[in-house]
Amino acid sequence: MEHGITWGELLLEPLQHWLAGLGVDPEPATDALIVTAVLIVLAYFGGRKFRQQALVPPDGRVGFSFVMETVVAKMLAFFDGIIHSGARPVFLLLGTFALFILFNNLLGLVPGFNPPTDQFNVTVVLALMTFFTAHFLGIREHGWAYVKKFMGPVWWLAPLMFPIELISHLVRPLSLAMRLFGNMTGDHKVVAVFTLLLPLGLPVPFMGLGVFVSCLQAFVFVLLSSVYFQDALDHPH
Amino acid sequence: MKNKVMLLLGALLPLAASPLFAQGAAAAGKGDVAMLGLALGAGIAIGVAALGGGIGQGLAVSSALEGIARNPSAADKIFTPMIIGLALIESLVIYGLVIAFILQGKI
Repeated sequence: MEHGITWGELLLEPLQHWLAGLGVDPEPATDALIVTAVLIVLAYFGGRKFRQQALVPPDGRVGFSFVMETVVAKMLAFFDGIIHSGARPVFLLLGTFALFILFNNLLGLVPGFNPPTDQFNVTVVLALMTFFTAHFLGIREHGWAYVKKFMGPVWWLAPLMFPIELISHLVRPLSLAMRLFGNMTGDHKVVAVFTLLLPLGLPVPFMGLGVFVSCLQAFVFVLLSSVYFQDALDHPH
Repeated sequence: MKNKVMLLLGALLPLAASPLFAQGAAAAGKGDVAMLGLALGAGIAIGVAALGGGIGQGLAVSSALEGIARNPSAADKIFTPMIIGLALIESLVIYGLVIAFILQGKI
């Protein structure tokens, strides 16, 4: 199955040469940079009204700032529901994950782009960030007593519990990465196969499925990340 | 009676694909048995994964539907955990799919 042509190849040749010169695979990097640019533009224009004044009266219209504000506020409320001690310290990371993964996934449905998240390299990096942040939070909260959480409920089960907990903690970023990678790759391939069969009309339900799966997988990634953070921050009972 | 005959014929239909196995012997590079093993492994990996995933998701959705049938006003509160559960069950199927891709890429 050949790769096809992407907008990055057509329009952004110098950028791709520069990235290849840096030793970075130009295909997903170009798409990821495009998504980053879109997100920065959205963030800048969405938050401009709130940066200009300290208190902004609601003006009753469903404008662009309103939509952005609602999205951010709902995400914060959702994470506050999972992380008991308040989600503000990690909200920047989780919110960025959510929007970044969502836009990367949806980029695959735009003709001429490949979703960067269908490269295992990209998803592994995101999962490793979650892994290191979770353990960093746990060590910052508990100190070296963090290791006690791996020991299990009673001390004489520790030799049994410790390897199990260790393996389960190491598998978590792998499962996060593989879930996102597999969903995006499988989804993209299904749409590609059905487009080969009948390019007119047949791929449309599968693209609808693609939208659903993209949003759902971004949601599941950040949900599981926040659950891992809560698990690290949790005080053992 | 006619339905059972049609069902049996439909189950035997994949055997009609067996002439495709004959073509694999012509390609050089890997041995025949290795390529057969890789191809069978890829197919069985995703087949069994989808089987288990289908049963698991069916159980999850059936419980969710029963809960909604008992209490229709709680439909939204049941729907969200159901979707989360479906995504987590599906992730196990995706692991099988990734292995199938890896094996199929090695053919």
